Amino acid sequence: MKRCLIVDDSRVVRKVARRILEDLKFDTMEAADGQQALEQCRADMPEAILLDWNMPVMNGIDFLRALRREPGGDRPTVVFCTTENDMSHIAEAIRSGANEYIMKPFDSEIIESKFAEVGLV
Amino acid sequence: MNSSDFDFVSGLLKRRAGIQLTTDKTYLLESRLAPLARKEGLASIEDLLQVVRSRRDERLISQIVDVMTTNETFFFRDKTPFELMKEVALPDLSSQRKPRIRIWCAACSTGQEPYSLAMMLEDNPVLTKGAAVEIVATDISPRVLEKAKSGLYSQFEVQRGLPIQMMMKHFKQKDDLWQISDKIRSMVTFREHNLMDQPTMFGKFDVVFIRNVLIYFDQPTKSQVLDRVSSVMNPGGYMLLGAAETVIGISKKFEAVKERRGLYQAVGGANKSGIRAA
Repeated sequence: MKRCLIVDDSRVVRKVARRILEDLKFDTMEAADGQQALEQCRADMPEAILLDWNMPVMNGIDFLRALRREPGGDRPTVVFCTTENDMSHIAEAIRSGANEYIMKPFDSEIIESKFAEVGLV
Repeated sequence: MNSSDFDFVSGLLKRRAGIQLTTDKTYLLESRLAPLARKEGLASIEDLLQVVRSRRDERLISQIVDVMTTNETFFFRDKTPFELMKEVALPDLSSQRKPRIRIWCAACSTGQEPYSLAMMLEDNPVLTKGAAVEIVATDISPRVLEKAKSGLYSQFEVQRGLPIQMMMKHFKQKDDLWQISDKIRSMVTFREHNLMDQPTMFGKFDVVFIRNVLIYFDQPTKSQVLDRVSSVMNPGGYMLLGAAETVIGISKKFEAVKERRGLYQAVGGANKSGIRAA
């Protein structure tokens, strides 16, 4: 079973995402900010990461750049999932190593479609 | 809805759009006609149908057909047909050194299918080996065609089936919406067409996408529609159907391409692909 780390400071968003991803047969883990996510990745690198942008402590883009510099940090497929919905943010995310990009609000169809796009389902 | 009203609307839909509606779809009829009745300032579906019966109001009839047609679509829907284009149809057609490859997207709804093809061809010029490509996309509904022509899609729509890199390349943001580029829009010509009518005015085609449409028709109507499609196809041209659709037992004018589910070739042409089923 593939593991997906859900990184979002909203408990509600994490819960909704977890239910969708569990339906897609993912084993899920959660982190409330980029720093927590980085520590979890150092301990146990997941196959997939669903990543919010705006979070306290360490935001999503800083986490992503740090992750890609970690040993094995190039392996996880990272899908941004954020309210930042303009082209400059999308381009910055892709340049920083994101594999796909979801603009909130999302639903199960969008998650499934985007995860399929990058070969996760 | 009483049986007389159901028979009246289902007869209307059958005559006008070939749509076969069975009584188990009464809920669908009610759920789509009720908002139309409200929009027209009428108290109920019964009143709406009464107006149609008494006045034969063409505008209203056209709106009933419009709300009853299913417009579900998204970019690169089902993926496989686009792979079949890349792997089988286009290599075969381009090997014939045609100066022009003509594609018809029948029942194109809001345009995601023809635009998906246009993006795929624009990003992979090697597929057509220099041949010009013309995409004609048709639908019965003027309303969905207007949206298709505008090339404007919601955030939800651009996230269904469209890889982010492709969205970045071919779309620009316009307020809350996303608009496909002028270049891609210019590759597709949208025209109004009812599949119950002959499509001969559009010329001959090398590829026809007609997916998830036949499922709404009864057997004789499916056969007639396939006859019309075949009448505008160049010999050996390719047709793509939806995953739940087939020509078997319906038309002898197409043959299934072996081990390529959903792909058919018009009978009578040179079989360049060499993989036609017996």
